[in-house]
Amino acid sequence: MDHLLNVTAVLSVLLLAIVLLSLRRAHIRPEYSMSWLLASVVMLVLSRERSVLEFVRLHTGVPDTPLTLFLMAGSVFLVIFFRFSIIISHLRDDNIALAQRLAILEYHIQRLREHEN
Amino acid sequence: MIHSGGPGSLVVIVPAFNEEGAIAGVVRSLHESVPGVPVLVIDDCSSDGTIAAARAAGAEILPLPHHLGLGGCVQAGYKLAYELGFEYVIRVDGDGQHDARDVPRIFEKLKSSGCEMVIGSRFVSENGSRAGAVRSLGIRFFRLVLRPILGKPVHDPTSGFVGVNRRALDVFSRSFPLEYPEIEALVVLQRKRFRFEEVPCKMHPRTTGRSSITAMKSLYYIAHVLLGVFVNVLKYEHRTHRAPRSPGG
Repeated sequence: MDHLLNVTAVLSVLLLAIVLLSLRRAHIRPEYSMSWLLASVVMLVLSRERSVLEFVRLHTGVPDTPLTLFLMAGSVFLVIFFRFSIIISHLRDDNIALAQRLAILEYHIQRLREHEN
Repeated sequence: MIHSGGPGSLVVIVPAFNEEGAIAGVVRSLHESVPGVPVLVIDDCSSDGTIAAARAAGAEILPLPHHLGLGGCVQAGYKLAYELGFEYVIRVDGDGQHDARDVPRIFEKLKSSGCEMVIGSRFVSENGSRAGAVRSLGIRFFRLVLRPILGKPVHDPTSGFVGVNRRALDVFSRSFPLEYPEIEALVVLQRKRFRFEEVPCKMHPRTTGRSSITAMKSLYYIAHVLLGVFVNVLKYEHRTHRAPRSPGG
């Protein structure tokens, strides 16, 4: 159990470092890094504060502590992925609308040029 | 150059992606079948000579800056047609499967029936058109699914040979399914309480290029379209079950 918690703590710190480094290099925008920072901090706290993990386990009725940790981590990342799916969907819609607008505006410009000549 | 439309005006739009081999024939046959009607080819960022071939054949081109897929491509054409003031738009596929000689009948039906959409259908009457085995199965399946939703049978729900009037154009230029749009578009139309009719049309086998729906994609196609239909039905329920507003609200 301790080994599992230690591995989780190391992975959380690693994730935190990667996200902060990506932020510094502007590879990720701050608004999209918040979910990852929050997830890594939550995982770090759960892996270091065993009492919190036990509290969650007792209140969710999960039979053992490692499974609680696994479920917590899974839930957090599922929420993040779902949030990103929504963001990607919005971006795709915007992207298509912009591409269509660009094409139509170029068409109108071309028409105006032909009209002038 | 396409002149702005007006009452009774028609434009034919042809979505095309890498249809260099077929597009010139499609444009020429359209010019022969409906002389004087502008033909607008919407090029979905083809990597071959589609644009040059279509332009040489006498079409107007709306080139998209990057690949949007069929729905995005068709919607771009609808948006432009709407902005230019056209009253009717008929969509013909760029692969040469649709017979341009059927365009006048679709146009006539649009005008005479007053309905918002007219579908060129392979299966309204026996006309020798055949779909592949998998496609036939899919068409039968979606006929069954759509029957209770649309309140009337639709013989060829996957047909891309479609004419719309300005009311439908207004809706589609704002909201149009982006992937595999034909079936979902019917449900969108139904949500608005619009009407559709079918006219028998002949379809030719594809002579160049390949269909975007391969055997591997068929299952994804069915799942995707079913989801789209389901979501649109949910929107429909939400809209119709909402309590009517008070005159002041």
